[in-house]
Amino acid sequence: MNKARSNPLNTVMMHGALILYTLIALFPVFVILINSFKTRKAIFREPLALPDADSFSTIGYETVMKQGDFFLYFQNSMVVTVASLFFVLLFGAMAAYALSEYRFRGNMLMGLYLALGIMIPIRIGTVAILEMMVATGLVNTLWALILVYTAQGLPLAVFILSEFMRQVSDDLKNAGRIDGLSEYTIFFRLVLPLVRPAMATVAVFNMIPIWNDLWFPLILAPAEETKTLTLGSQVFIGQFVTDWNAVLSALSMAILPVLILYVIFSRQLIRGITSGAVK
Amino acid sequence: MNKARIRWHILVFLAPAVLVYTAVMIFPLFNTLRLALYTRIEQERVFAGLDNFRTLFFDPIWAEQFWNALGNNFWFFLVHMLVQNPIGIALAALLSHPRLRFAALYRSAIFIPTILSFVIVGFAWKLILSPIWGIAPSMLDAVGLKSLFAPWLGKEEYALTTLALISVWQFVGIPMMLIYAALLTIPEEILEAGEVDGITGMPAFWKIKLPLILPSIGIISILTFVGNFNAFDLIYAAQGALAGPDFSTDILGTFMYRTFFGFQLQLGDPHMGSAIAGAMFAIILLGVCIYLFGIQTRMRRYQL
Repeated sequence: MNKARSNPLNTVMMHGALILYTLIALFPVFVILINSFKTRKAIFREPLALPDADSFSTIGYETVMKQGDFFLYFQNSMVVTVASLFFVLLFGAMAAYALSEYRFRGNMLMGLYLALGIMIPIRIGTVAILEMMVATGLVNTLWALILVYTAQGLPLAVFILSEFMRQVSDDLKNAGRIDGLSEYTIFFRLVLPLVRPAMATVAVFNMIPIWNDLWFPLILAPAEETKTLTLGSQVFIGQFVTDWNAVLSALSMAILPVLILYVIFSRQLIRGITSGAVK
Repeated sequence: MNKARIRWHILVFLAPAVLVYTAVMIFPLFNTLRLALYTRIEQERVFAGLDNFRTLFFDPIWAEQFWNALGNNFWFFLVHMLVQNPIGIALAALLSHPRLRFAALYRSAIFIPTILSFVIVGFAWKLILSPIWGIAPSMLDAVGLKSLFAPWLGKEEYALTTLALISVWQFVGIPMMLIYAALLTIPEEILEAGEVDGITGMPAFWKIKLPLILPSIGIISILTFVGNFNAFDLIYAAQGALAGPDFSTDILGTFMYRTFFGFQLQLGDPHMGSAIAGAMFAIILLGVCIYLFGIQTRMRRYQL
């Protein structure tokens, strides 16, 4: 490293700018979290103080537990997210394999057809999706959401996974064929394990938008027993809007699962983005 | 190999993805566009041609709402382009500096708002900006700017810009990450060659790095465009379906939702809702085409 690019004043200024922005990014989250543990009085008197023995209170969380079925919402969100990811990965990988491994008529066209959905948001088709879900009786079931999110995630999944599958060595697959393995065995036993990092990237990319979506739960599954955590907290906060303890606690409870997931997967997510998977 | 044989495994591999994608995405998309051409008269679905679009664009009541939502949407997009992307690029440039300590820590922390749902973000900022709670006014007071405070989300002239800035706060992580990734791919030799010629620091960024990351900036712009023109959640969470005050924060997503489901005394109308979806589709398609054919193909790419 030469001197030209590192002078101490610059370094200080760079850290200053980054720390400033980090504070801006984290401040609202921090304020919500600390105030959710305070009494109503303390929330208003000293909003920026940490909760101490005097102002500590979990009254908000008690209200949330009593009034809202947050465990059910959480469970619904979990089921929808995990099932959608499973189908996106399985179907996406299968289609990506067909497109990258075999030459057949219409291969290019099929690839383009599947890639259309990367740029066109599925929300545009909402009116007809709702009509279809009503007609098939899937409205107010978690299946409606799972189907929509699977369709929404497939285009990008196929695109990314087929890029990666092209890099799997032909020799390996041909060796399998000589040993008499079927095409299915080759796919599931030889190819899938090799593209596991790419699958993880696709999973992490899809996870956050599915978990956070408000539009489709609101339209396709607003019933009490199918509410996702995002919709559940939205409705709950709307009803308890004047109960600041409850609102702050509900917000914290919605933040925590995502934050935990992020801490677990952030490395994968950041590696996925920076490895150029979305170029 | 026998060419006439149908290779069933290809079909098996393709079928699930193609079926789900076609049935749940492509078919409803076209069906929505088709529904936009119908209307309901006494419980019967009647073909109406382009009447819905005529109502949407020219009928005084509808047109006012539509152009209002569209104009707001453009302003929303413009704020993102002018604030979110420059900040994202600046942060990425700082983070990609070699030998910067704690870079991973900053990166992860700045990305946190992006993973939160709109509901959380909308309500959190609503509370913080609320004059009742007083966090924002007392913080402005601390730096002597209390007179600047206004209930931003409640005033017609500020509400939309405030929401756009909240959305910028939330999503700045995405341009930051993508640009950061692009900056990392620039080979060290090029920067060193610049140094030999005496180009370091800011000039190195403007003259060497920026031209090299232009394609990434193009991708970010089109992602921002598509994301903004089908945005809905933040406005709905913060201001409700009426996109108050007095529709000043109404964008196409909230307008479509209100039309489709109805609100207060107005009944929901799936056909007008489809017409708005059709307009959104056209706008997004136009944007994507301008990007693909007008910008991407003309952009100069450098072989690295």
